[in-house]
Amino acid sequence: MPHEQDLSFAAAFAPALLDPAQDPPTIVTGPNGKAAARRYAVYRNNVTVSLIDALASIYPAVQRITGPDFFRAMARFHVRSTPPSSPLLFDYGRDFPDFIEAYEHAQAMPWLADVARIERAWLDAYHARDAAPLSPVRLSAIAPERLADAVFIPHPAMRIVRSPFSAATIFATNRDDAPVERIDASVPEDALITRPDFDVTVRHLPPGGAAFAACLASGRPLGEAAASALETSVEFDIASNIAGLIDAGAFTSLAAGDA
Amino acid sequence: MMTAIAPRTSVVPLRYPSPIGGVAGTSFKPEHLPAILEAGPQRGFFEVHAENYMGAGGPPHRALEMIRRDHPLSLHGVCMSIGGPQPLDKAHLARFRGLVARYQPALVSEHLAWSTHETSFLNDLLPLPYTEASLRVVCEHIDQVQEAIRRPLLLENPSTYVAFRESTMGETDFIRAIAERTGCGVLLDVNNVFVSATNHGFSALDYLADFPLARVGEIHLAGHAEQADDEGDLLLIDSHDGPVADAVWKLYEIVIGRRGAVPTLIEWDSNIPDWSVLQAEAAAAQAILDRTGPAALTGDRHAA
Repeated sequence: MPHEQDLSFAAAFAPALLDPAQDPPTIVTGPNGKAAARRYAVYRNNVTVSLIDALASIYPAVQRITGPDFFRAMARFHVRSTPPSSPLLFDYGRDFPDFIEAYEHAQAMPWLADVARIERAWLDAYHARDAAPLSPVRLSAIAPERLADAVFIPHPAMRIVRSPFSAATIFATNRDDAPVERIDASVPEDALITRPDFDVTVRHLPPGGAAFAACLASGRPLGEAAASALETSVEFDIASNIAGLIDAGAFTSLAAGDA
Repeated sequence: MMTAIAPRTSVVPLRYPSPIGGVAGTSFKPEHLPAILEAGPQRGFFEVHAENYMGAGGPPHRALEMIRRDHPLSLHGVCMSIGGPQPLDKAHLARFRGLVARYQPALVSEHLAWSTHETSFLNDLLPLPYTEASLRVVCEHIDQVQEAIRRPLLLENPSTYVAFRESTMGETDFIRAIAERTGCGVLLDVNNVFVSATNHGFSALDYLADFPLARVGEIHLAGHAEQADDEGDLLLIDSHDGPVADAVWKLYEIVIGRRGAVPTLIEWDSNIPDWSVLQAEAAAAQAILDRTGPAALTGDRHAA
C-alpha cells in the first residue's frame, strides 16, 4: 500500500522550524480536532532558542560585549541561515565569526569577529585530544649545529589567532564578570591558545611570534621559521619565542631533522 | 573530521553490563563535580548525555573518568535521530559505540524521536507518526544501534505537543511492537507520560496500564513547565528545569508498585541547582524504591 511507505513526515515537519515565514505543517493536529499552531510553536521555540543558547555558550565574551539582546538577535539570524550540520553542538558556530564580521549592526565593533575567533579556538583547544607537552630539556639535547633543522610537532590543542585589533585583551577582559576598563582596541594582537594539561590558556605573542609559531606548526624547520618571523618583524627574538612556545605547551615533540 | 567505524574485532570487547538494581541516580553536571568528589563513593548512578563526551579529549573526559571510577554510569544518547526516516549517521553511531566501549556504562538509552533532517541538526526531540512504515524504519535503526553496541538499547517514550493525522497506532502499541521486534528495552519517562497525557487529553493511568512495563529497564523523572495551547488550555512543556511534580511522583509510585524497583533517574538539565537539591530528589525516589522488591528481570506480562 503506498500509504504504508509514506515517510515524508520529516520533510513536511522540518522546514517551518527555522523559517517563521512558513505556515506550520498541516500533517499535525491537537487532540480531538484542536488546532496545532501554538503546539507546533513549542518545537520552533525549542529549536531556535536551544541553538541560540548553544552559540551563547560558545561565545560568552561576545555576548558580554554586545549584551544579551543584541547577541540573541544576531545569533537568531545566524541560526536560521546556518543551522548545525553535526549533532555535536561544541562543533557548532564555526561560521559565526565571519557572520559577525559581515553583520550590519556589528560594524561599529570591527574587532568583535576576532574576539569570536579566539573563543572558537578556545573551545577547540578545550575538546582537543590529550597529549603531553614537549619538555624543554628536549631542545637543549639537540646539538647547536642541528638546531636550524629541528622540526616541532604541534600540540593538538594549539591554535593561533591573528588580529589587527586588541582582540586577545578584549577577549580576556570579557570572559568573566570582572569590570572592564577602557581598552585601546587599535593595537594589533596575535593570540596563542594552548591546553598543555586541562586548562586552556590564551597568551599574546610578541612581534613575529605568530608567523614563527604558525611556520613551526606547519612542519617547517626552526631555521626557516625564524627567517620568516624576521621578515615579519625585525624585533623578533628566537630564543625567547621558542622558550615561550614550549612553556605554553604549544608542541608535543621535536625531531632533530635530517641534516 | 573523519570518524571511521572500527572493525568488528578490534578495540575493547564490549561487556554485557551487570544489573544495578533499584537505585536512584541523577544527571551528572560538571559544575557538581567538586561536590560529588568531596562526598566520595555513594549509592546510585550518574547519567550523562552521550554527545557531550564525543570530543577527542580534555576536561569532559577527565570528569567522566573520575565519576565512572566510583559509580555506575548511564549513557543517554540524545541525537541519534532513531525516529527519523533517513539513515542513521554512521560517524555518530561509531562515536556512540566508542563511548560504550570506553566507559562500559550500566545503562545505554536513546529516544523515540528524530533531530536531524537532511543535513541540518535541529537540536530537539521531534515527534513522529505511528504507522507501519515508521515502525519499520525505527526498528531498522534500533537493530543497527544494537548491532553496533552489541547490547540492548533502552528506548525512551517521548513527550509530545502535537499528534499526526496519519498515525494508525497508539504510542503504547508502537513502543511494544518495537520492543518485541528488536529485543530492546524501554526507558519509561514518567514525566513524559504525564506531559503527553495532559497535552493530548488521555489518562496517564490508562497509558501506563497499556505500557510494556516488564520491558522497562530504567525510569526518568523530571520537572515540567506550563504554557497554554491554541485554545487557551493547559499545555505542559518537558523542560527539565525544576523539581518533579507531585502528580508525577504519584504515577511513579504506581509504576514501581507494579514493575518492582528499577534504576530511576532524576533528570535536571537547565536552571541547575546545587548538587544537594538533586541528591534530595534522588533520595525521595530511593525511598520509594527501597519500599519495593526488585523487578523481575525478564518477561512481558502484558496480556496481548
